[in-house]
Amino acid sequence: MNLGITATQYLEQIKNGSLTVEEFISKTMERINKVEPSIHAYISLNNDAISQAKQIDKKLKAKENVGSCLGMPISIKDNICTKGMKTTCASKMLENFVAPYDATVISNLKSQDAIIIGKTNLDEFAMGISTEFSYFGPSRNPWNTDYVPGGSSGGSAVSVSALECIASLGSDTGGSVRNPASFCSVVGLKPTYGLVSRYGLISYANSIEQVGPMARTVEDTAFILNIISGIDQHDNTTIDKGKVDYTKELDVGVEGKRIGIISEMIGEGVDKQVAAATSKAISKLQTLGAECNEVSLDSVKFSVATYYTIAATEAGSNLARYDNIRYGFDFDVEGYEFNAYISKARKNFGPEVTRRMILGSFVPSAGYVGKYFLKALKVRSKIKSEIEQAFKKFDLLIAPTSPVLPFKIGEKVDDPLSLYLLDINTIVANLSGIPAISIPYEMTNGLPIGIQFFANSMQEKTLLQAAYALEKTTNLPGVPI
Amino acid sequence: MTKIGLEIHCQLTKLESKLFCSCKADYRSLDINTNICPVCIGLPGSLPLLNKNAVEKAAMISIALGCKTPPKIAFFRKNYFYPDLPKNFQITQYNAYGPTSIGSDGKVLIEDKEIRVRRIQLEEDPGRLVYEGTSEKTLLTLIDYNRAGTPLVEIVTEPDFETPKQVRLFLNVLADLVENLGVSDPSLEGALRVDGNISIDKGNRVEIKNVGSFKDIEKALHFEITRQQSLAERGIPIPAETRHWDEARKITVSARSKEEEQDYRYFLEADIPWVLIDSSVIDKLKKNMPESIYSKKERYIKKYGIPLQVAEVLSSDKFYSDLFEQAHNEKNAKEIANIITTDLKGFADTKEQREQLKLTPKHLADLADAIMNNIITRNSGKLALQEIVKSGKPLSEIISSLDLGHVDDKSSLSKIIDDVFSEEEKAVSEAKLNPDTINYLVGKVMRKTKGKADPALTLDIIKKKLDSK
Repeated sequence: MNLGITATQYLEQIKNGSLTVEEFISKTMERINKVEPSIHAYISLNNDAISQAKQIDKKLKAKENVGSCLGMPISIKDNICTKGMKTTCASKMLENFVAPYDATVISNLKSQDAIIIGKTNLDEFAMGISTEFSYFGPSRNPWNTDYVPGGSSGGSAVSVSALECIASLGSDTGGSVRNPASFCSVVGLKPTYGLVSRYGLISYANSIEQVGPMARTVEDTAFILNIISGIDQHDNTTIDKGKVDYTKELDVGVEGKRIGIISEMIGEGVDKQVAAATSKAISKLQTLGAECNEVSLDSVKFSVATYYTIAATEAGSNLARYDNIRYGFDFDVEGYEFNAYISKARKNFGPEVTRRMILGSFVPSAGYVGKYFLKALKVRSKIKSEIEQAFKKFDLLIAPTSPVLPFKIGEKVDDPLSLYLLDINTIVANLSGIPAISIPYEMTNGLPIGIQFFANSMQEKTLLQAAYALEKTTNLPGVPI
Repeated sequence: MTKIGLEIHCQLTKLESKLFCSCKADYRSLDINTNICPVCIGLPGSLPLLNKNAVEKAAMISIALGCKTPPKIAFFRKNYFYPDLPKNFQITQYNAYGPTSIGSDGKVLIEDKEIRVRRIQLEEDPGRLVYEGTSEKTLLTLIDYNRAGTPLVEIVTEPDFETPKQVRLFLNVLADLVENLGVSDPSLEGALRVDGNISIDKGNRVEIKNVGSFKDIEKALHFEITRQQSLAERGIPIPAETRHWDEARKITVSARSKEEEQDYRYFLEADIPWVLIDSSVIDKLKKNMPESIYSKKERYIKKYGIPLQVAEVLSSDKFYSDLFEQAHNEKNAKEIANIITTDLKGFADTKEQREQLKLTPKHLADLADAIMNNIITRNSGKLALQEIVKSGKPLSEIISSLDLGHVDDKSSLSKIIDDVFSEEEKAVSEAKLNPDTINYLVGKVMRKTKGKADPALTLDIIKKKLDSK
């Protein structure tokens, strides 16, 4: 049995009876058990997956109504709440936390009869770009296990890439879906802010983050987006734009599309091979009839500083609730005064979270708020207006997803600043709210390179169409593991 | 000069649900930690959902206090660690970056003194801490989150009060106002809470917190004035500090924690989008808002000729004015106003009395009509009312069972007066000389008839009899 089939193929095979859900789920579980020791994509697995598969098979056999996922195995980043399963955020703080409710994206998937196969690894509270900052240990890149899978949705990217599921949900605060998608050679989409409900996504920087689908093809990504998008009564920030079928008209091509190449993301600091792959992708798009021209987004150079200022400020507030009073880990409270107790309990955050907590209490504090936080908000508006201007001239923007190739585990873990700088190509989408997608484009020395498109707010359809057109020009190898 | 400013927290107790979730806003009768959900205890992944009714009710308070409401409002996070705060930040409003709270720049007149309202903001109440012993010396702090997320309106005044008495009057007006608007029941424990800021002459500002009741704020302010004056007289500087009201000892005590040095790191709450409040919303609210106390008072005076003092009592108490509104018509309005503000008082002053009251608006209308049609006297009316509030029986039944019917038949009254005359010979001869003492005889007749005698007729007959003697 081929576990590397796409969602579309899976649905066909289940429908025509050549495959049962139970067979596929059992094989997937076998595969997970085999490869997990070398890649560590999952934090926990769904022990009921096989019985859930049997249920769906039974319904299919009885010709009862079955949701559009037909038992498809989907993995979920472990910062998205799942009722009855642990949601740890890869943190000691939530080591044993079982949410009493499903995130809206989870209830959407469940109502379409998807099987949540397991919860995937991440940098603690989604803060990182390598999945090395997980309390449960790093995930490894399936293309070369000495390398990081990217992050923070590293486990999700690994699980999709290593055929441990068909698709996954990650979350993208500054590139956390797109970066690991690029590093692991899968597709990853960050939707427009407000297109997908955040109810049940454990907040890190709530003004900029979104849940995003990850899959092996653009079409599969569109299929998952159909299920998880839409207005939600549990999230006041979701936007009602009616029901759109993102899988329709994917193949319209890019002829006549105006594509802007973001100058600041292809020049200095970009790996030569990454730059070369990007140029190749651009000429491919030109041969397909797109008009590609460079565009300068001046504020990009301030985007990393802006992002870390805003994200840390929000994180400092969002993570303040982890005081181990209402839930958390075992801790004997005897003899502690309140403040001492909180300080002691909060020492259990890992190093990266601690760094951002400190930054997050400093940059918005009295005396510094004007110099840092308020300035960051100003730059953010400037980025927004520059992006708005750009989309008056272009339908899409293009850049490499990551300026560099995947790096080795441990290589940069002690140099946080160099890790922060790697976000430069992704965070403009979060700061401005626009959608962006990363698709696998090339392999170099056995390591993947991803290409990224941006579109204007709520233009996911245009975005997916361009990604689909470029995807068709690629010919990539199967995962070695 | 003494300057006092207030920070008042008013719970919107009349709402169904909390500010950001569907748990009950009325948490008082519920078992500990049962009125909670993922949102109000801040479980990971939960998001606040703004209760639009709370915004409307807060806007009503803002309008009633003459505040300006901005075209769109925003919510902010106030960040600090405290065990009663489930998220370790409070969702509130903040005007430092421009007016985005539900109201600002209002004013209220208190005895011709203008009290400016700096701002009104909508925010969530924290949970409730229960200490073993006192908060300073507790070994155990228990947390009840039932209250967490209850809609709270904070009203901040400018330091315009000069005396504790003005503060009390203002608070009375405010309590009447929120009750009249139907947004809050100020009689509920903790529904209306006050902190004060006070400075004398050019002294530093002292904040008084932890004042449990309205009555105590006046006492606390008096205490502070005396304390600060005595420091000033001895040339001791008054430190800027926060002091807690010690209810048992009736003094303020310095709070050792440096609360004024807190840095709350306010920033926009992105989980709640800006709420547009266009002028049509405000117009609609104004139109549908309950009539203000002031307008009621004016109407009572102008339309029904009710005396000022009666109109004031009647309009400022929602319970009384509601009764009046339902009972009165053009003719009996004045009489009903009288009954409510003179006779009913005493039977319906406290919440408990009001809850047990069997009186209906129809009773009041019947009573007023009976008095006006000379079926019973005012005095008998009082007796009847006493019975009505207890039993709720119809007035006609009470009149006959208590034999309250009016004595207005001349011959029987004349006979009773003759009896009084023979018993009070001395008084009669005195009355002949000095007409001012006639009332003594009228009183005797009233006592004999248990108040049923028509006073005017009685006086008339007595006068005639005295003249003919």
